Formats: sequence, structure tokens, C-alpha cells
Amino acid sequence: MSSKLAISYQTATKSFGSLRAVDDVSLDIAEGEFLAVVGGSGSGKTTLLRLANRLIEADGGTITVEGEDVRNVDPVALRRRIGYVFQSGGLFPHLSVGDNIGITPKLLGEPATTIATRVDELLELVQLDRASHRDRLPETLSGGQRQRVGVARALAAKPRIVLMDEPFGALDPLTRDTLGDDYRTLHRRLGLTTVMITHDMTEAILLADRIAVMRGGKVLAQGTPAELSRSCDAYVLELLRTPRRQVERLNALLPQSGAA
Amino acid sequence: MSLFTDPRWGEALSHLPDYLGNHVRVSLAALALGLAVSLPLAILTRNRPAPRGILLALASIVQTVPGLALLALFYPLLLLAASVTLAWFGVSFSAFGFLPAMLALALYSMLPVLRNGITGLNGIDPALIEAAKGVGMTARQSLVMVELPLALPVMMAGIRTAAVWVIGTATLSTPIGQTSLGNYIFAGLQTQNWVFVLFGCVASALLALAVDQLLGLIESGLRRRSRLRSGLGAVGMAALVAATLVPTMGRSSQGYVVGAKTFAEQYVLSALMKDRLQAAGLSATARSGLGSSVIFEALKAGDIDLYVDYSGTLWANQLHRTDIKPRAELVAELKTALAKDNITLLGELGFENAYALVMPRKRAEALGIRTIADLTAHAATLSIAGDYEFFSRPEWAALQKAYGLQFRAQRQMQPDFMYAAVASGEVDVIAGYTSDGLIAKYDLVTLDDPKHAIPPYDAILLLAPKRAGDERLQAALQPLLGKIDIATMREANLRASGNDANSSPDAVARWLWEKIKQ
Repeated sequence: MSSKLAISYQTATKSFGSLRAVDDVSLDIAEGEFLAVVGGSGSGKTTLLRLANRLIEADGGTITVEGEDVRNVDPVALRRRIGYVFQSGGLFPHLSVGDNIGITPKLLGEPATTIATRVDELLELVQLDRASHRDRLPETLSGGQRQRVGVARALAAKPRIVLMDEPFGALDPLTRDTLGDDYRTLHRRLGLTTVMITHDMTEAILLADRIAVMRGGKVLAQGTPAELSRSCDAYVLELLRTPRRQVERLNALLPQSGAA
Repeated sequence: MSLFTDPRWGEALSHLPDYLGNHVRVSLAALALGLAVSLPLAILTRNRPAPRGILLALASIVQTVPGLALLALFYPLLLLAASVTLAWFGVSFSAFGFLPAMLALALYSMLPVLRNGITGLNGIDPALIEAAKGVGMTARQSLVMVELPLALPVMMAGIRTAAVWVIGTATLSTPIGQTSLGNYIFAGLQTQNWVFVLFGCVASALLALAVDQLLGLIESGLRRRSRLRSGLGAVGMAALVAATLVPTMGRSSQGYVVGAKTFAEQYVLSALMKDRLQAAGLSATARSGLGSSVIFEALKAGDIDLYVDYSGTLWANQLHRTDIKPRAELVAELKTALAKDNITLLGELGFENAYALVMPRKRAEALGIRTIADLTAHAATLSIAGDYEFFSRPEWAALQKAYGLQFRAQRQMQPDFMYAAVASGEVDVIAGYTSDGLIAKYDLVTLDDPKHAIPPYDAILLLAPKRAGDERLQAALQPLLGKIDIATMREANLRASGNDANSSPDAVARWLWEKIKQ
């Protein structure tokens, strides 16, 4: 890879008691790249993600963000410049949609008028009608709308890097599909670097440039889907077979659209 | 006379601005202090199980102390603190009334606020605290912008509970000198004025109910995130506080404060003295229902200006004397001793309110008993009743020793019931009070004490140190000295024990003045 690194893990380690949640992981994410980290529950993927913005502190190894060792950066400042999309939104229930989206710019001390303009732009960006959504409370939104607000909030302070923790996991398949495609478009348009966690290999293949497979705290394989398919690891190959098997069964069960 | 046309309602109503205003003032201050201490403690200990446990345990222990005892405890505590600050820093403060009441009530309010504060803060979804961190909040920003707002409805419920408790318990702050709606209840119970008791209970219940409903409105507004509801509740609270406080604001000078202990005779005498001062053109208010140990200290500190005490009480409690002297000699010696504290013993009113052994007249005549010495031979076949403290007082020990009294049985009774009990023959002898009106009503006799085992209890008028040279005050009180004999006081007390419009302390005081003014 010729371009600069957005995030780099070198022999990163994190234990919780006797459990090695992240075990000697080295992984580079280039600027502008969309990386999916795929693994089952307890594989350490969420811990790996949170090491990058210091929501969790590493025990060993080095993690750099845009060339800086994260240990030398104030964690609060670090989190404000990295967007983070939480599982099922993580929206503050007592704040309106607009206030949720504008929270990080507000923390950065931007003037209210600037924030208001920015909130409107972001609502448009995530395809929510601003007049009817801005003043609503999160509890009045559907799951998909909430996650759109979550994405808008992550983008509010114009970050170059966005971390996403199973962002579309809890949504119905149709919403999930649309939201994934819409985010992929945003990622390109805004020139973001995105690291997304998912347990769904199909989603990872459809959205990401590159995929890292995690199990038991270790990265078993990383690369483009094509590169992954050349892996000799049985678990990686098993994960890759699943989408294909699904497609074959679907093709067998469903009449091809447009077929006579 | 119908209950609704009873003029005592009007009298009760005339005290309302004063009593209600003071009640709200002390409750509000206590609640504010309780919140100011409890909320930071709840925040500090929310993630620390050990100190949190200790704190909640302490608050629970405070809660198990009866309200009256907690209030009573703060008076000597503050008195001690005041003497320490006086000795060390040369400044003192009043341990009477507002301060001890506010501190005790604040302590009382802490448990619900602490408990709900901690519950509210710990009940927040951890994912939201994670999200607060993730969007770049510092720990303080997370607390202020996310955790506190989310915990607010639960906290508000605790504040609401605390407010209702404080308002209810504040009625018990009367004996330590804080005017409150409890003044109606204490005065009413002592003078058997059920209109006052009812009025005080209803007024404090209504106040608690109104505050509960308004805070409930704020709480439900916070829960439903409805600004309208919370706003209405807040405006309602502000209006309530303003309406109760404003009428008594700006009344800075109360003039002379006349103290009274917690029994009918004292209510009557304080009303009489207040009337005399007002007749002399001096402004005066009565501070009634003060505890027996509070009232002397309050006079010494200048929190009240004058009151009536009894010579034997001060002789034993203040001078710690156990010897007994004749009436006049004892008063003279007391006067000299009190003068060292700059307290003026202005003089005797004329009657004694002493302990005395009392029997039905006919029974005493039949047995040929005129004095306690005559009683000795019959005591083994007779029973005696006294109030709750009599049998542990030095007078009882002295009586037994001097006359060799050994009764068949001894019982403790509510003072009001003793007289009826001895009149009906349920007990044979009672340790009554010489000025009690019921002695005449039930045709009882007090037995002479030829060996002077019981000290004299002359009613004496005391003035605070700051009124030592106050000639106008002394002139106004002069007509009362030596004018009230035992028969007159008994009749006054009998009148005060009735439950009708003529039995209010003010009415009896007017009757008493008409009787003695020539």
C-alpha cells in the first residue's frame, strides 16, 4: 500500500483478567480504506476497535492514529476527532435528534449557529427530512432512523476516521441493506477511513475494501475477499463459504427475477 | 355552639401567616441544605460501594431516631458548639429555634435524597455512559450532560419524599423554639383546644399534600420530558413559597419575646404577660411550647426576653442544690445566684406550682388524714399514682425518707387522668400539682408537708440579661407580682382545661387580668 496509514496496530495486546481479548495483533488501515473486522462474539473485535480511540487502553504494543502514538494524545481530544457509531445508536434519550447530532461540535466549543447549519447538512446527508426530525426525541424514531442519526452524529465534527461497532446488526434486512449502501456512498464522497465491526461476512464482503478475520483475540487473516479466499485457515474458509452457500440455496429456491 | 361558628377558628387563622411562614422557611432551608450535602455525596460515592454502604447505613440510622428526639438532640449539641466557638473565637451563635431545627430536619431529609440519587445514577444504561465517552465528553461533561439529566426523575422522586418528611417533622420543632404549624398542635394538646389541634394537623397535611403534588408534577414532567409539566410544577412551587413567605417578610423586629413551657398554666401566663406589655405600648410576641430544658438557656442567650419558671426547678436544675429552704429564703438565694448570669428575678407571682400529695376530701376526712405524716400509718394499704417522672425525682426520694412512706402499689399516669383516677377511687393518693384546677373541680385536698420534704415551687418572673435595666418592661409587669394566689391560678387553669371558646389561653388570660387588676 502506497498511501499513508490512518490507523496502525503493532503487536497490540489487551487482557481482561486471564482473558486475552486482543492477543498480539498487528494490523494497518490505510487512509481512505474501508476495513471490516469480522468475527464471532468474544473474538475481541470490539476491544480491538476501542483501543484505537482509547475507550479501552492497551496493555502492550503500539497503536498509532494518523502517525501519532495514541498514548501521547489526550484521549478526550482523540475521541472528538474520531467518529464512533455505536451498536443500536447509543443516542442520548433526553436530547433531541438535532442536539444528539451536534454534541461533539458543541463539546469543541463551536458557535450555536454553525452547529445548527451543520446539523441540517448532516440530516440531509443521512437522508432524514430535517424539518420533521430535528426536534424529535430518539425514542420516537424507528431503528433505521436512529442509526442514521448515529452516523450523522459520528460525522458531525468532520472526522477523517470513523469507527463503527456492529452499526447495522439490529436492523431489519431491508433497512440494513439500504443503510449499508448509503454509508458506503458517504464513505467515498467524504474520503473517510472506516473500520466497521460485523459478525456478518456477507455484509463485510459487500461493503468493505478489505476484511480482517478475528478469533480468540487474534487476526487469523486479512486482505481483500479474493485474497482471503486463498487463506489456508479452516475458520476463514468456513466463514467465506457461508455467503456462497446462501446464494446457491437462494438461487435454487427463488425463481430468478425477470426469468420467464 | 356549632363547630363552624367557634371563634377559635378565627384565632387560629390569625396565627397562620406567622406559623405557616416560619414552617415553610425552616422546611425550605432544611431541604436546601439536605440537598446541598446529599447530592454531591451521592455523586461522589456512586461508583464506590464501600463508602456508599457506610453512608446509606448512617442515613438509615438517622432515620430510625424519632423526629422529636433528633430535634431535641440538636439543641444541646449546638449549645455546646456555641460555647466552644465563644471560647475559641470569641463569637457565639443562637442554639435556639431556627438553627437546630434546620440542621436536624436537613439530616432527616438525607436518606431519600441519597438513596434515590445513587439509585438514579447507577441505573443508567452503561452503553449511554460509554457513548458519552465515545463522543468526546470528559468525566465531568458526562456527569452534567448525560448522567445527571437521566437520573433526574429518580432523584426528584427522592426529593419529593424528603420534602414531605421534612414538612411533617417540622411540626415537632416547636419545643426547641422554632415557630411552626406545630405550635397549633402543641398548644392545642396542652390546653385541650381541639380546634387548634385540628387546625394544625389539617394545615400541615395540606401543605405537605400541595408540595407533594407540585413536586410530583415536576417529576412526571422530567420523566415524560415535558417542559410544560415541569414548568407548571416549578411555577406552582415558587408561587406557594412566595405566598407563604412574603406575608411575614420585613417583620424584622419582633419586640419582646415571651416564652412558655409546654403546659396550660404557662400558655395562660405568657398570654397574660404579652397582653400587659402590649397594653403598655410595647410590641410583644409569645414563643410557646418550649421544652423545659430549652427555655432557661433561651432566656440566658437572649432568644426570649421573659418567662415564668418555678423556684424549686431552678434550685435543683440550675444550682444543683438538694437542700431545702423556706419559700422566701430560697427565692432570695436564687435571685442572688441568677444575678451572676445577669438574669433578673423580678419577683414572685404569688402562687406555687409544687408537687403535692392529693386525696379526695371525704376520704381524707374519713381516715383522719390532714398531713403527709398522718398518711404514713395508712400507706401500706393505699396505692399512689404520679406522672411519668415523679417517681424518679428527688422529691419522691425525699418524701419517702422524711416520712417513711411505703405504699401498697405505685403507678404512672398521664397527668390529666390522675385527678379523675383518684376522685373515682381507682387510686388512693396522687402526686399532683398544687396549682392544678382539677383539685377544686374534683373536691380534692392537698396534704400538708410539715417536714418540708418537698421544696417550694414559687412561680417567679425571669428577665433576660439584655432586659436587666429595662424600666418600661418592669413597670408593665409590676401589676402581676404577688397578685395571683393559688385559688385564682387553680381557677384559671381549670378554665384553660375546658374545650370551648372561653378556654383559649388568650381568653383565660383576659379573665385572669380582670380578676387581679384591682
